[in-house]
Amino acid sequence: MAVDLRSYLGHVELPNPVLTASGCGGTGRELAQFFDVTRIGAFVTRSITMAPRAGRPTPRMAETPSGMLSAVGLQGPGVEVFAERELSWLAQRGARTIVSIGGGSVAEYTALARRLADAPGITAVEVNLSCPNVEDRGRVFARDGSAAAEVVASVRAATRYDVPVIAKLAPDVADVVSLARLCVDGGADALSMINTPLGMSVDVDTMRPSLAAGTGGLSGPAIRPLAVRCVWQVHAALPGVPIVGMGGVMTGRDALELVLAGACAVAVGTALFHDPYACQRILRELEELLQARGFDRLADAVGLAHRPAGAGPRNRIELEESSL
Amino acid sequence: MAGSPVQVTGTVLTTRRVEAYHALTVVAPAVADRFRPGHFVTVGVGGPYTSMLTRRAFAIHDVKPDYGGTVEFVFSVRGPGTAWLADRRARDTLDLVGPLGRPFPLPRDPCTCVLVGGEYGSASLFVLADVLQRRGCRVDFVLGASSADRVFGALRARRMGETTTLTTEDGSLGMRGEVTDVLAGVIADARADVVYACGPMAMLRGVTRVCVEFGIPAQVSVEQSMACGVGICMTCVVPVIDEDGVTRMVRACTDGPVFLGERVRFDDVGTIPFDALGAPGGRHG
Repeated sequence: MAVDLRSYLGHVELPNPVLTASGCGGTGRELAQFFDVTRIGAFVTRSITMAPRAGRPTPRMAETPSGMLSAVGLQGPGVEVFAERELSWLAQRGARTIVSIGGGSVAEYTALARRLADAPGITAVEVNLSCPNVEDRGRVFARDGSAAAEVVASVRAATRYDVPVIAKLAPDVADVVSLARLCVDGGADALSMINTPLGMSVDVDTMRPSLAAGTGGLSGPAIRPLAVRCVWQVHAALPGVPIVGMGGVMTGRDALELVLAGACAVAVGTALFHDPYACQRILRELEELLQARGFDRLADAVGLAHRPAGAGPRNRIELEESSL
Repeated sequence: MAGSPVQVTGTVLTTRRVEAYHALTVVAPAVADRFRPGHFVTVGVGGPYTSMLTRRAFAIHDVKPDYGGTVEFVFSVRGPGTAWLADRRARDTLDLVGPLGRPFPLPRDPCTCVLVGGEYGSASLFVLADVLQRRGCRVDFVLGASSADRVFGALRARRMGETTTLTTEDGSLGMRGEVTDVLAGVIADARADVVYACGPMAMLRGVTRVCVEFGIPAQVSVEQSMACGVGICMTCVVPVIDEDGVTRMVRACTDGPVFLGERVRFDDVGTIPFDALGAPGGRHG
């Protein structure tokens, strides 16, 4: 029997739990050459900013063991061109689109949410909290729980009531659980984690930093244990909050690992650079793994690793057959 | 859809050493079918459980109809990824995605073309020369490198080209110097209408400068490090002046790798020009 793969972000139903990670799927058109973007759970856009952004100078990328460093700097056309050309293209095809937004101030996030509020075809809004706050000497919002909560609250207020707001958290903060709690208290309907932690590499031949920007976000399987840890801790503290897990998911096994730690959906990022068919392959592998373990529903596997040692897998209670 | 890239697991047919370089021929009919001169492929390196996540991009050197269609690409060993590739043997399998990028635009009517290659950048020029000659174009070659063993395809160029000029920086083959030192003479002698070039960024800048002096177009294929090759990682950008006169950071993989030379801001490669669209503190919208 086929596994019921439906996943819920707040009240929004996704037909399956595999998403693209923000900034790893281009505009959608590039991946559409390889697979139908309507077949994955949702397409997550790169982080959209108010004005066009040219991004960082090159080199923007350096390969590291089982991962890569990248510093693209949110290159993008700005929200107007995005809504006109990219969002409408995705909407026309019927893709479920989660729009990631990034800003330098609470006001910019709010303006973005307001601009997108009546744009058609938005399944959810993801708030990229790893942007530098220009009003706080460039400290990223995720490092300051109260600033992050303020952003989430104002985006929540500006977004339509039936569009969930997802807060995207970074792992390199003092306490990811308290950050998660502040974002949920601020009105986040779901959380996604992890954004890339900051890393750096130095080229020993040129004896200069490998990236023009110096530091960059580390992604790929190198950070998967970090992702599993964050998902685990946050799910343990906030079991009712849907979590989109991401960080180095290359195979269905990696996706299942995050699901068992507490993620109800999984996003695929760097794997897409290596294999443009990664989303569909991972979805297929995840379904096979769930089937092999006797699950009827994906939901039954979410957070299952939290059960006490020695306890069997959770089973659904068949109310009809209860003798009580 | 014709021209759209595909991912295939290809079998290595032959491996060979060409001077200082390696060449791999891979059976990949789906890639070969869609190929046009200037296209490139990306290769996954390190096997199924690789720790090397970024794909390596190589210009397609040749396409042959054997075994349904083969593609050949040329590379030099620069790191662990290309070292792994150099260790491949016949019958090994390779993960290929291609053909990728915008191919070289071709002239509508017969004309005289100078093809300039630096290092192993010349690898992509021979299939181009073949197509141009079939269209009745005259083809002249200028190939250069640091030393004789790094000039790729000198013999084939001599066989195909109306004239072939070789340059090496150490003088071990042809003229001592760089391709840009001799290019003006070749363009003048051949009365060239267009120049096609592939090689290191510095060479492309020089080629473009010479072509601007002659008032002829230079179609340059740029080399920029990239992770995906399909347009989603946004790491291979170069500053290019668009048709509306605005400089944009465009992807070498999907908007290129072939650009009209005069549109590429070679002096600003590796920076964000202050007047680029969306530059910090610059033009907005």
